[in-house]
Amino acid sequence: MNSGFGVRDSGFEKTPEGADPPVGADLKVGPYSRTLLIPTLAVAIVTLLSPVILGQQVLRRTPGAVYDSDFPGKKSAPAPRRDISGIWEFANGGGEGIQADGAKAMPSDGKPEHELPFTPEGRKAFTANKPTFGFTQVPSALTNDPMPGCDPQGFPRIVLHNAHHEQIIQTATQVVILYQFNKKWRTIWTDGRKLPSNPEVPAWDIKGSPPAEARFWGYSVGRWVDDYTFVADSNGFDDRSWLDNAGRPHSDALHVIETYRRVDADHLEKTITIDDPKYYTRPWVALDKIPYRLQSPSLEIPEQECVPSETAKYNQLFANPAAK
Amino acid sequence: MRRMLVAVASGIALLSGPLAAHHATAVFDLGKRLTLTGTVTEWFWANPHCLLRFDVKSDSGETTHWVAETQAPPNMTPFGWSKQSFGVGDQVTVILEPVKNGQPLGRILQVKLPDGKTLVAGAPAIPAGGAQQ
Repeated sequence: MNSGFGVRDSGFEKTPEGADPPVGADLKVGPYSRTLLIPTLAVAIVTLLSPVILGQQVLRRTPGAVYDSDFPGKKSAPAPRRDISGIWEFANGGGEGIQADGAKAMPSDGKPEHELPFTPEGRKAFTANKPTFGFTQVPSALTNDPMPGCDPQGFPRIVLHNAHHEQIIQTATQVVILYQFNKKWRTIWTDGRKLPSNPEVPAWDIKGSPPAEARFWGYSVGRWVDDYTFVADSNGFDDRSWLDNAGRPHSDALHVIETYRRVDADHLEKTITIDDPKYYTRPWVALDKIPYRLQSPSLEIPEQECVPSETAKYNQLFANPAAK
Repeated sequence: MRRMLVAVASGIALLSGPLAAHHATAVFDLGKRLTLTGTVTEWFWANPHCLLRFDVKSDSGETTHWVAETQAPPNMTPFGWSKQSFGVGDQVTVILEPVKNGQPLGRILQVKLPDGKTLVAGAPAIPAGGAQQ
C-alpha cells in the first residue's frame, strides 16, 4: 500500500486531542458508579454504532416494502383458503434472502452440522466447483461459478441465493412465480399433469409438448395438500446450474420439493427440500419455513439484471486487479 | 474517559471482527480500514457491484486512482444509495476495507458526501468476485 495519499489507518472517527469531550464525560460519578458507567456506555455506544459496523443486522428495507417489525404486537387475520397469491417480501428484512454463503438452512461454513450428505459423485462435483463464497471459496479470478458471466442461475438457486421479492399469480391451471433477479419466472402446473417420468430425458407426457430437454428452470407441478399448504415438485433440471452461491452441485436427477404454507393473511412460509439421489445420500432441507410478508399490491418489484457488459467492466476495474 | 474509549474500541473490535469474518472474502484484508479523501471520477451504478472511482492526492501532489466497490444496486437502495448518489468532481471521504495485494482497491463501508451526509454500505457481505449480491 502506498503511503502519503491521505490514508489514515483507522476506520472510525476519533475524538481529536483537545476536542470537546463526548457527552457524559462530565457526569459526576463515584468510583463504583464509574465502574458500571464505563461498560454501560460502551455497550450503548457499540449498539448505536452497530448498524454501521454490523451491517448484517440492519433491516434491509426495499423502498415501499413493509416488514414484521413495522407491526409490533399486531395479530394478523386468518389465512385465506387456497390462496398464496400476492407480492411477497422476506418478513424479517430483505437481507434474509441473500444467502451469500449458501442455502440459509445449510450454509457452507465448515460446521459439522452443515456438512451435506454427499455421495462420492456429489462430493467430486462439489470439489470441482469453485465458488467465491462459503467455506471452499476461491478468489474471483479462479471461480467457475456460472452466474457472474450471466449464465442462468436457474431453480432452485433463484431462491437459495440473492432471493428477493416474489410475486405469485394463481390461475385455474398454474401457479406462476415472478422473481426479481433477472426478471425470471416459473410456471408450476396445477392442471393435474404428472412430472416427467425420466428426469434425465425430461418432457411432459402431453400431446403437442416440446421435445425432451433438461431445463435450467426444470419442470414443476403443484397441488394443495390442505387448504393452506401448497406443495410443488420439480425435476428435469440442466445440471450446469449450482444449487447455491457456495457451489453446492446438483445432478440431472435433482428433485426439488417446495412447500408453501399460508400461515395467516399476512404471512407465507416457504420450505425447500433437495432430493438428488445421485449427489446426496438423503434429502436435505435448504430453506426451512422462511417467512414472507404480504406486500401492497401496488409495490413495484425493483429491477436487477445481470448485464454482461457491466460484469466485464467490473472484472476489468476490480475483480481481476484485486486477484493479482 | 480515555479508559472508556478504550473499552468502546475493544467492544467494536470484538463485535465486528467475527461477524465481518463470517462473510470472509478471499481478496480483502479483512478488518483493515482506510479512510481516504478524494474526488469522484465515476460512479458506476451496476451489477454485479457498483464501483466508486475517485482520485486521492498525496501531499507531494501525486494522484492515486482508487476503485471501491459496493453491493449491487437493489442491495444498496434500502440504505439510501442511488444512481444519483455521486457526481463527478464531488469531494468525498471514503472508509473502505482494502484488498490484500496493495492495489488501490477496496470495498466501501461508508462515504461522507460533500453536504456532510454519510452513506453506509449496509451489509458488508460483498463477494470477492462477480457473484451477484
